[in-house]
Amino acid sequence: MDKTIATPAEAVADIGDNATVMIGGFGGSGAPIELIHALIDRFVKTGSPRNLTVVNNNAGNGHVGLAAMIEVGMVGKLICSFPRSADPRVFTQKYLAGDIALELVPQGTLAERIRAGGAGIPAFYTPTSYGTELANGKPTAEFDGRPYVQERWLKADFALVKAHLGDRLGNLTYNKAARNFGPLMCTAARHAIVQVSQLVPPGTIDPEHVVTPGIFVSRVVEVTNPAQEELLNRAGATYP
Amino acid sequence: MTASDDTKLSNAQIAWRAAQDIADGAYVNLGIGFPEMVARYQPAGREVIYHTENGILDFGQEPPAGEEDWDLINAGKKAVTLKPGSAFFHHADSFAMVRGGHLDVAILGAYQVAQNGDLANWSVGAKGVPAVGGAMDLVHGAKRVAVITEHVTKSGEPKLLDRCTLPLTGVGCVTRVYTSLAVVDIEGGRFVLREKLPTITLQKLQSLTGAELVIAGPVADLIVPEL
Repeated sequence: MDKTIATPAEAVADIGDNATVMIGGFGGSGAPIELIHALIDRFVKTGSPRNLTVVNNNAGNGHVGLAAMIEVGMVGKLICSFPRSADPRVFTQKYLAGDIALELVPQGTLAERIRAGGAGIPAFYTPTSYGTELANGKPTAEFDGRPYVQERWLKADFALVKAHLGDRLGNLTYNKAARNFGPLMCTAARHAIVQVSQLVPPGTIDPEHVVTPGIFVSRVVEVTNPAQEELLNRAGATYP
Repeated sequence: MTASDDTKLSNAQIAWRAAQDIADGAYVNLGIGFPEMVARYQPAGREVIYHTENGILDFGQEPPAGEEDWDLINAGKKAVTLKPGSAFFHHADSFAMVRGGHLDVAILGAYQVAQNGDLANWSVGAKGVPAVGGAMDLVHGAKRVAVITEHVTKSGEPKLLDRCTLPLTGVGCVTRVYTSLAVVDIEGGRFVLREKLPTITLQKLQSLTGAELVIAGPVADLIVPEL
């Protein structure tokens, strides 16, 4: 078994129009910049993939990564918890112009919907959002005297995730708080595509330390010294 | 209190007062922005473990400029440091800590708080881009949900109200409010006054509050050091 792919472009080559794509990261921490930019490259060259539904905690920052995806016009809908950042202008302008749809989900509910999607649980009840406008239209129920809101699982065609160490079987570790949504998204996508900062031989990662077991991962591509969104933005970078 | 203004507490002083109620050994989440200031005034000798939604337990203050690691940030996306004994975890575990009743205290900001414990702190209405983040999760599960806030808005309108008029973050979730003028508990659907600045009369305080301030037991002077 060998899940390694030579380049980011090859790793994302079969993501097509209208796909749902989960993208890991919390702000810039864990954002798989090279995979995102490879997808943008194809869109700029061929006009595809277009009308993507993207699942991410945020809506991009500045003019790189997810913000650049939105800016070039390949995202039709965003499912996220916090579409604000230091520089949210790209999303804000598209949203206010009606050019992009937004499904706003509380952060913990977003995480649990993705977890449920990966775990084969179609719906669950949470206290979060009960009595608020984000619960409008959703079933509610009482358990042990307290009210809860029913939420549904979230699944995707693809996940783009940044990890730290990875092996050819897809076993992964993450770097610090860049872990965030990565392990969940790997479970909830039909194909989890992971960029790792270092590809290592199987057995290098202590089985006690594996965070994402390889069964959840379809493709591994090594990207050494990956770009950090925060540093790109501080340097005023734009993409493409 | 500062020499320049003894008529209300500064944000730092409100944060200091809230910090005094965090017990040794507590697991605490501080909302992004103003509530983060509470960590600065943690009383000496108490070990408090801070949780951040993006996946760290027991993080420390920000690193010196130039030493930031942008994979090591808090929920406000500011760079932080680690303490010995810190832990990383993914988002589902992080919110299990939140909703599962594992946090002792959550301290949040507020646009409005109602006497029944309802909180509005995520949206000021229909204009612009809506953003909720973890606010709606944080109000559920912590054993104690406290709010720190100015007592009135910039234009002088009460923030402690009979009912919230802005979109709700959570229903019946707040148990204590630390304001620039007073400390108020929410008990049985009412505001119970616990402490007030010695320089303000009860009548004046009531006139700045949008619901009845109930007196049930002694009202202490709210005394805070100059900061």
